[in-house]
Amino acid sequence: MGLELGKFSDAYTRSATTCEMNPEDMEKLNVKPGELVRISTEHGSVTVRAIKALEEVPPGVVFIPYGPWINLVVRPETHGTGMPSFKGIEVDIEPEKVSRVLGAKDLVEHS
Amino acid sequence: MELLIRNAVVYDPSNNIEGEKMDLAVRNGKIVESVEESNAKILDAAGMMAMPGGVDLHSHIAGPKVNKGRQLRPEDHLRYVQRKTQLTRSGVGYSIPTTFTTGYRYAGMGYTTVIEPATAPLETRHTHEELNDTPILDKACFPLLGDNWFVMQYLKSSEIEKCAAYVAWLLKAIKGYSIKIVSPGSVEAWGWGHGLRSIDELVPFFDITPREIIRGLCKVNNLLNLPSPIHVHCNNLGAPGNYEVTLETMKCVEDLAKEGHHSIHIVHIQFNAYGGSGWSDFSSAATKLAKYVNRHSHVTADLGQVLFTDTTTMTADGPWQYILHNLSGNRWVNHDVEAETGGGIVPYQYRRRNYVNAIQWTIGLEFALQVKDPWKICLTTDHPNGGPFIEYPRIMTWLLSHEARDAAMKKINKRARNKSVLESLDREYSLGELAVATRAAPAKILGLMNKGHLGFGADADISLYHIDPSTTDPSKDYRKVRKALRRATYTVKEGEIVVKEGEVVSIPDGKTFWIEAEGLEEAQKDVWSDLTQTFERYYTIRLENYPIGEDYLRRPASMKVAP
Amino acid sequence: MDIITGVVCPFCGCLCDDLEVAVEGNKIVSVKNGCAYSLTKYLNYQKERLSEAVVRKGEEQVPVELDEAVRKAAQILVDATYPVLYGWSSTGCETQHLGIELAEELSGAIDNTSTVCHGPTVEAFQELGHPSCTLGQVKNRADVIIYWGSNPLQSHLRHLSRYTLGAEGRWRKGRDDRTLVVVDVRKTYTARVADYFIQVEPNMDFELMSALRMALKHEEIEQDTVAGVSVEDVEELAEVLRGCEFGALFYGLGLTMSSGKNRNLDAAISLVTDLNKWTKFVMMPMRGHFNVNGANTVFLWQTGYPFAVDFSHGYPRYNPGVTSVIDILSRDESDAALVVSSDPVANFPRKATESLLRNPMIVVDPHKTVTTEKAEVVIPSAFVGIECEGTAYRMDSVPLKLKKVVEPPSSCPADEEILRRVLKEVRRLKGGN
Repeated sequence: MGLELGKFSDAYTRSATTCEMNPEDMEKLNVKPGELVRISTEHGSVTVRAIKALEEVPPGVVFIPYGPWINLVVRPETHGTGMPSFKGIEVDIEPEKVSRVLGAKDLVEHS
Repeated sequence: MELLIRNAVVYDPSNNIEGEKMDLAVRNGKIVESVEESNAKILDAAGMMAMPGGVDLHSHIAGPKVNKGRQLRPEDHLRYVQRKTQLTRSGVGYSIPTTFTTGYRYAGMGYTTVIEPATAPLETRHTHEELNDTPILDKACFPLLGDNWFVMQYLKSSEIEKCAAYVAWLLKAIKGYSIKIVSPGSVEAWGWGHGLRSIDELVPFFDITPREIIRGLCKVNNLLNLPSPIHVHCNNLGAPGNYEVTLETMKCVEDLAKEGHHSIHIVHIQFNAYGGSGWSDFSSAATKLAKYVNRHSHVTADLGQVLFTDTTTMTADGPWQYILHNLSGNRWVNHDVEAETGGGIVPYQYRRRNYVNAIQWTIGLEFALQVKDPWKICLTTDHPNGGPFIEYPRIMTWLLSHEARDAAMKKINKRARNKSVLESLDREYSLGELAVATRAAPAKILGLMNKGHLGFGADADISLYHIDPSTTDPSKDYRKVRKALRRATYTVKEGEIVVKEGEVVSIPDGKTFWIEAEGLEEAQKDVWSDLTQTFERYYTIRLENYPIGEDYLRRPASMKVAP
Repeated sequence: MDIITGVVCPFCGCLCDDLEVAVEGNKIVSVKNGCAYSLTKYLNYQKERLSEAVVRKGEEQVPVELDEAVRKAAQILVDATYPVLYGWSSTGCETQHLGIELAEELSGAIDNTSTVCHGPTVEAFQELGHPSCTLGQVKNRADVIIYWGSNPLQSHLRHLSRYTLGAEGRWRKGRDDRTLVVVDVRKTYTARVADYFIQVEPNMDFELMSALRMALKHEEIEQDTVAGVSVEDVEELAEVLRGCEFGALFYGLGLTMSSGKNRNLDAAISLVTDLNKWTKFVMMPMRGHFNVNGANTVFLWQTGYPFAVDFSHGYPRYNPGVTSVIDILSRDESDAALVVSSDPVANFPRKATESLLRNPMIVVDPHKTVTTEKAEVVIPSAFVGIECEGTAYRMDSVPLKLKKVVEPPSSCPADEEILRRVLKEVRRLKGGN
């Protein structure tokens, strides 16, 4: 829905910076719903907000909607197909105490 | 604008002109008796043969099925690439060229009218978009009606007039030209994964037979007084022994021929001219079918000649395409269209050494050479099913020259060669007969009165070739003739020179013909509530979004007909 | 107040054409029949909308007349050696035609959003074919529906009610006549309404499909579980699929974006092709953008290829991994970009975005986006399907004409008009035509 309210809308930012997690993983990491986590790969890292998955994910899997935030960490290699690796990628995740979630405008500057 | 073509050797069989050296005068896009030399552009055609522009009444060049074929075959595109020039757009493709290339290539061979013979009405908006992007050529498209739910229901309850009213409405709604029937009933059965083998089997749930569908639509055709007869791709295409179904199909509308008109045109008859009971005793039934056609005046046919090449098969005959996928192991695309029709695409290579392919190759030619009246035959390959249209000149030389046929025969599977009667057929088409098979007959069958001939008032679509009949014997010099037929010296379209030495020099837009069938307005009112209901229940688009406006056609040319 | 019926929704690949839009004084007052996304679009499209053309002068984006923006855009494109033209999926076919003509004129590359969406589907199609149909066949006949790696209750909200599970067709009256199977990594909203939910391990769809194909042929699967699914469940699913009268597999980004990419689709196409030995089975990609299929379709008939088309040699060439936009950008090969109705700066992986931002960008879009913020030239356009007409192709390739229900602001012409002007100016600068 946020998509249709504009890329700079709160609604869009909210949905694209949400990290849906399995409650077991949240417990393991000692992260409460609404707290921040840092997602990292060799390409970069991004801070997003963790919540209990609305649509169940199995332990070891997190779901983050497609958008400019998660694009900071996904793998660009297309393996000769043109398609980057957007799903099923291995990431590191840890609680984040210092940085905040970037706003859409900040992201633009960050780029 | 005026044009004067001097000294061409003209073949205009419709007007009984057979190799006469004469002038052709053009004014405002039409052939006229004479023009003022001082005003006109003069073209000296000495040493050249002139024919009306080529007319191809059956070639899959545009629409969803064709486009999915393009998607399936990126490797085919690599076989031919065309760079952009100042004038022309770029393009690719050997068996399924892109649209701009299709127009340029046909025109380059001297063809000026091409028909897309099979479009699903629901998707015909797409077909028109592609036809719009096919430059130069005049064109039309045929809606597929043999598995259409409205048609089957009306015919089942013997409501011919309502059926006719529906067809009239449909032709106008989707800007179509003629009634096309492909494996009637069988494609609806394919919606469940089944097919029909005979014309007397019942279509599941609709309780009607292909025979009833063919006869019913033939009656509709008569009632609406459409310019072209029903075009039929017979049931059981591709199967050994299928010639019997073809005979049954032709017979079943014998009594429905209107005075002086044909009641049926069998498309790509080669694919339905098979004898035998399996692949090992697969044989040609061309002689049997030719015999029937010779004795009956209500039938015409186009060849569907195959070539030994790697090409792409694509038809609305969903069940057949699946069979071919299993036979060949090749990639398979299937696309069924709700309430209307279906289709499939399978790449295929015809091989000289393959017994069945070699017999297939002999069949088209056996048929063409044994049907006595050239007005009953049109030269096609069912492009791209039998092979790409750019190979037409090769087929033309097989008709013109026994020697050319022999040279080809020598290389084919020996058993096929021995089994075929082709070698014993001495007949060679004359250039006049070739003009019939590639211009005059198709135009006549289509009911396009201003095409396929060079009489006064005809559209000035003219092709000139570097063939001087006084010095060239097509029978002996077939290689030279083939080369000349590949690249028209000049192609003239509505009086404008569009091709010189096979290269495009101008790209006007061609017309898209469609039929406005009048006279059934009352019956259409009755049909309207059926239309509304069926769309509401069974279609997935609204009735109001179905019709295509004339504004979609770049150069619409409606033809009014009335009972 | 005017009520316009039969309006075609320009949101997703469903292209629902039964919307009723009430308009008063050139303003949309209400919309009937549309889903939540549709309503949000129709009632909010003016939010974060661009109202004037801008050109970057120094650090600022300065408002200019349309002509100046067009001239600047054309100049950037003509000066470039290898411009890349991207987007195209959220606009009408008429604009897509012009995009291709422009790319050809510039000897550049043109790509559409399927490159990051169903490109892998297309690649598998090219290798194997594709047994499919129009949506009405499913509505009327299907008794088994599968969503694999697709979550329509989140992405294509009316898909189930209009075309599949809940639709009333000729032979299937509704939910009770149909069986729903969902295969996904997560237990999605769609999974919750399924008769069978198969939770597959991430990146293991290929294995699962292979196992299914074995089970269909009664071959013995030597493991206890495949992809996190028990062999019993695999065999049970195989029976459901084989025993149906008409099955339909709808698939989405779960297959195209996860590891294996086009190979996942290879497996899917092989599975469905296999199933046709026993029953009637079809498959269909869940296209996201409302006209991405239109982009593929137009690209195909004009160039022979559905996306990732390169004109640098003067004729169309296609080689995903080389001529696809992400790869062109990853190798820093482009030196200008035209973006039409898309937001690649938001949608592309960071490496590609960084490269894109090193190109002077021209953006034609109705909305303010992350991409427009960074562009050299921005030209605001009208919303296709709301403020201007256009042709679009549904996920099953049925073409529909999008309607105009309100007038656009005068500063926002149709992107078809904008592209036409840019093309004309490009030709004038090049000294030809």
